Amino acid sequence: MKRREFLKAAVGSAAAVTCGGVAGSAEARENLKPAPEAVGMLYDSTLCVGCKACVTKCKEVNGMPPEIDGEHKAWDSARDLSGKTHNVIKVFRSGSGQNKDQMKDGYAFEKRSCMHCVDPGCVSACPVTAMRRHDLTGIITHHADVCIGCRTCMTGCPYNVPQFEYDKPFGQIQKCQMCNQAGVERIDQGQMTGCAEVCPTGATLFGKRSDLLAEAKRRLTLKEGEHYLYPRGDLANPSKPHEKAVPDYQQHVWGEKEAGGTNVMHISSIPFDKLGMPPLDERSYASISEGVQHGLYSYMALPAVALAGLTAIVRRNTVAQGDESGMDTDFEHDEKEEGQS
Amino acid sequence: MSHYSSYQAVGTKVLTKSFIFLGVIAAIGIYFMIDRFVNGMGAVSNLNGGYPWGIWVVYDVVVGTALACGGYALAITIYVFNKGQYHPLIRPAILASLLGYALGGFGALFDMGRWWQFYNILLPGNWNFNAVMLEVGLCVFTYIIVLIIEFAPVPFEKAGKAHKLKALNKVLFFFLALGVLLPTMHQSSLGSMLIVMGYKVTPLWQSLHLQPLFAILTALIMGFSVVIFEVSMGTAALGQPSEAPLLSKLTKAIVWLLSIYLLFRFGELAVRGKLGFILDANLNAFMFILETSLFVIPLMILRDEEKRKKGKQLLIAGTCLLLAGSLYRFNAFLIGYDPGPGFSYFPSAPEIMVTLGIIAIEIMAYLFIVKIFPVLHRAEQA
Repeated sequence: MKRREFLKAAVGSAAAVTCGGVAGSAEARENLKPAPEAVGMLYDSTLCVGCKACVTKCKEVNGMPPEIDGEHKAWDSARDLSGKTHNVIKVFRSGSGQNKDQMKDGYAFEKRSCMHCVDPGCVSACPVTAMRRHDLTGIITHHADVCIGCRTCMTGCPYNVPQFEYDKPFGQIQKCQMCNQAGVERIDQGQMTGCAEVCPTGATLFGKRSDLLAEAKRRLTLKEGEHYLYPRGDLANPSKPHEKAVPDYQQHVWGEKEAGGTNVMHISSIPFDKLGMPPLDERSYASISEGVQHGLYSYMALPAVALAGLTAIVRRNTVAQGDESGMDTDFEHDEKEEGQS
Repeated sequence: MSHYSSYQAVGTKVLTKSFIFLGVIAAIGIYFMIDRFVNGMGAVSNLNGGYPWGIWVVYDVVVGTALACGGYALAITIYVFNKGQYHPLIRPAILASLLGYALGGFGALFDMGRWWQFYNILLPGNWNFNAVMLEVGLCVFTYIIVLIIEFAPVPFEKAGKAHKLKALNKVLFFFLALGVLLPTMHQSSLGSMLIVMGYKVTPLWQSLHLQPLFAILTALIMGFSVVIFEVSMGTAALGQPSEAPLLSKLTKAIVWLLSIYLLFRFGELAVRGKLGFILDANLNAFMFILETSLFVIPLMILRDEEKRKKGKQLLIAGTCLLLAGSLYRFNAFLIGYDPGPGFSYFPSAPEIMVTLGIIAIEIMAYLFIVKIFPVLHRAEQA
């Protein structure tokens, strides 16, 4: 092979390592599909009364301390997710904020906790597999024993869910694990999540993802004003229902399709962007990222070819330049010195 | 063409006033680093739930390693494109790369929330091949080792023991090849890290599939520019001979890279219908215009046959490009990063001091090494 051909081959493969991402994007994988027995929750914002029983129960289940804000030492004043808070109820307000679930002069509640994405950015982005999606349940757990604390999961989460304990010298990532982390395992034991168990109105409902999605879609078809028996607790085995007039729902189940969908879905009377939900379309960013990455690095084939070509070229050129090492190492001078001494 | 014995230590006094000043900055930085390890990251930095990455990642690692691409750019020029005339520049460039990457790696370590478990990224059982961060982490780690190997002949030469490295010399070409491949991989991947952030990266910088291409092109541009910058500064500050005629040829490569970059950059904005964002009256649009100007002005200078030969013009162009490439990274990762309502980030004073401390350590180490070891090229004695 001529040197010129070598050169072309190696430069070509090095360039391919760079640009392959562009080509590889054509082969980007599809969004992941929901796990076969995916469990999740349905949060109906119109049922929520903002009692924060779920916040308290969550802290109890996860052994988390209350957040103390200023003088109010009597209650937990968590305002958002943090290293101490896996689940929080937030409020949307407009105008005078008097009318529940209305845009004009209204207010509405919104629950923020891990959405347990079907195609999770945190799992895709974690270099050491410290974030895992369970094969059957689809629950996203975090494993601090291997986590290096790089916080790429935080950048990769469209909902800013994973939180790092910045206030501790040996902190870790904290997030909701659907009450199924090692040592808690409520779901494995046939129980429901803590927040769904204590929700007095059925605003947070636990169940299989497919059942919850059907329930959510059923509610959106109901006529405004008619009465409906809202199930509470675990959809598969609900406790006494909560009878209430049907609100004017937004015709959208958040989490059915957003970025591949989520196992925790929301319905509401208020548009979701007003409730602080991110601007997502149906494609998951994780699938695009992985498409680019695998386009470049599948089986390390491209880098291996590039390295072979580069090695041959560098070898030839260093020899041609009368400098075998390539770093101009001065032997002769040394050996002369040695000889003299 | 032999270059033997053509390198020598500068040999001037190490403890100058400016060196001591840098030492004070470094000491302040080290104080806050200790604070970070004792009291947690929150005690020193303004990182929060929406902004998990601040200047420690974005400057020390993302920008810092790109600024350390001089060795990479020159290795391509000399060993791949067989331009032997650039040999005199290789040692200082490899040294600057080694320092930049080593301190980038150190920066990554104290930005690691769980640094005492860092070895987990080296255990194959934990590897997640879908994660861009895995490739970046392993590649940067390996490249630091490669740079140490590439630089090894220098201290041995100083000790008069270069012949002890004969075995290494036989295989050094392989490490030089690795030294071209590894930065190609991880510098492009540093761009790929932006993909999974999705909507949080503002549309002017969220190019999805093109992220690795823009990252590698700007890294190469910065690599060539930093060579120009280092040599021009060396001429000014250390009384090294002027290498302007040599440098003006490097600028041809920069002109090519810049043209390709700008073509794709604006092509992506046009195809995805994002050009309108440039006209918004907001910080992102202003930053985009500033960044683009810093890319375009040097292009104008370097395309000009006459200006290209002038040392001062070269220095201006090189400096602009270093700022442009750095700003591109700052904009993509930090200034144009918006996790949604309720979050804001600006680095705290201690956080900035840590970063300044690292920069000071880097400059001190560079000055110390070139004054003691045979790194810089000696002018040909006619």
